[in-house]
Amino acid sequence: MTNLLLSIDAGTIDWSRAQFALTAIYHWLFVPLTLGLAVIMGIAETLYYKKRTDFWKKTAQFWQRLFGVNFAMGVATGIILEFEFGTNWSNYSWFVGDIFGAPLAVEGIVAFFMESTFVAVMFFGWKKVSAGFHLTSTWLTGLGATISAWWILVANAWMQYPVGCTFNPDTMRNEMTSFFDVALSPFAIDKFFHTVISSWIIGAVFVIAVSCWYLLQKRHICLAVQSIKIAVVVGLFAALGAGATGHKSGQTIAKVQPMKLAAMEALYEGGNEMGLKIVEGIEIPYGLSLMATNTLDGYVPGIDNLLNGYITADGKVEPSAEEKIQRGKLAIQALADYRKAKAENADEATLDALLATLNRNYEYFGYGYVKDRNDLVPSVPINFWAFRAMVGLGCLFILFFGLVFILIFDIPFISMVFRRLLSAFGLLPETASDQTTPADAIPNWLCWTAVLMVPLAYIASESGWLVAEFGRQPWTIQDMLPTWAAVSDLQSSSVMITFFLFLILFTTMLAVEISILIKQIKKGPEL
Amino acid sequence: MTKNGFWHRAYDLYYEGFRNMTLGKTLWAVILIKLFIIFAILKIFFFPNYIDEHASDENKSDFVANELIERAPG
Repeated sequence: MTNLLLSIDAGTIDWSRAQFALTAIYHWLFVPLTLGLAVIMGIAETLYYKKRTDFWKKTAQFWQRLFGVNFAMGVATGIILEFEFGTNWSNYSWFVGDIFGAPLAVEGIVAFFMESTFVAVMFFGWKKVSAGFHLTSTWLTGLGATISAWWILVANAWMQYPVGCTFNPDTMRNEMTSFFDVALSPFAIDKFFHTVISSWIIGAVFVIAVSCWYLLQKRHICLAVQSIKIAVVVGLFAALGAGATGHKSGQTIAKVQPMKLAAMEALYEGGNEMGLKIVEGIEIPYGLSLMATNTLDGYVPGIDNLLNGYITADGKVEPSAEEKIQRGKLAIQALADYRKAKAENADEATLDALLATLNRNYEYFGYGYVKDRNDLVPSVPINFWAFRAMVGLGCLFILFFGLVFILIFDIPFISMVFRRLLSAFGLLPETASDQTTPADAIPNWLCWTAVLMVPLAYIASESGWLVAEFGRQPWTIQDMLPTWAAVSDLQSSSVMITFFLFLILFTTMLAVEISILIKQIKKGPEL
Repeated sequence: MTKNGFWHRAYDLYYEGFRNMTLGKTLWAVILIKLFIIFAILKIFFFPNYIDEHASDENKSDFVANELIERAPG
């Protein structure tokens, strides 16, 4: 059932999953750059507002132009995901529509209108509105995009940790009982901060890469140096912030999605004082216990513990997979009996008894669809390596931003020490005075490294989503609805056709859109 | 509507903005082509609402109930 994408079979479920993954990955190519560039263009225009020089105005306008290209490239890429809900995942859509629909509606009405209103002022308003109103509009454009992200992430967080709802067996829908439980769930808050802050890494990497490319070309040196200074501060803050928020997310996942954590670590037999694997055979002592429980000796269950049942740290008995499956079957049977009894106008007592059975076992409803306990285990290789790609690259970004920061800002003593160290290894030309101009602060090899960081930043970002979504498998909603219950009963051939249609269409659109972006970068600012 | 009134200035911002676009014209062309492909082709021919096609408004919950109950292994 849990096939790797490259060895996908022709079944409806896997093609539907593949199609959703393809369109979501494509959508996520544009969103983080929007969120990240919004911060940098906001800072650039704030500096213009303070200094009122033509240089800072043109710098802000340049990064806003690239923001605009990316924004246009990303427009409507998310709508296709909504189409797929209605066509490929119809049971899921009906089952959760009352919960899912609310955040998406707020996202569309509030955030999108805010973003699109102020982006017009940002582009059209330079000569029409005051500098202060224009600056406010620029920041509100970014805020609108960020609020959009909040609501989408609330919807996704609910899939990972379904709270604030109750199931109505008459309508076959989960109904929201608490909007704030959904909107402010701990999972949603962790996910929002981690996702948005890690998006700022992409914005920072992009700006540094473009700027370094200008340094290599010996063009727009001043814009390049000043932009690197802004971006490296944002990037360093974001890379450290992503680490901190990722650590917090790990603890939340340990509580509500322990199977995801076990798969991420390829942990089969859990225990206390668990180390964090770097790769098989090399681990950071106590690292996993620290990540999951914030203590060095916290208990972390493995895949086998979760399948066989275990006793948690606070003495609670976690049932085995078989027990959960049995209770799930009771819930589904109670649902079937309830609906049949209702249709036959059974008495209240009968209906209440059936409802009581359903409610008592509803926690394990989704398990009633499971035949083989191994279907409950997400792909260990994908989760293991995607997690390592994300974290490993995250650490690399901290080192990269740290090095660029030390070189571009002439920090007394520290910058000199680093320049001498790099000189000793032949990575920087020796200078007699230990001083360097900002234009020469970043050596060519580091400029090329900066350019290489762009695809790496996207790989890290997409890897995070692979962990989030593959780690939740087989569930579309954690513990509630597995993929094979959620998917529409379509012919697998029709889903396969649309998969390849999207692949061709999106690749073509992406190529066209990237060419527009590269053309604008080559053109440079209007300085 | 006076020339200095809010609505006139708002209209002027959009009118002048769209009229003086350069790169924006290309980006709008990309957006409009994309929206056409998504809504006029993909949505209509490839992404009908599955439940709307298989059940009337009154029967949708029965349809989904049947789907979810029947998919449970015996």
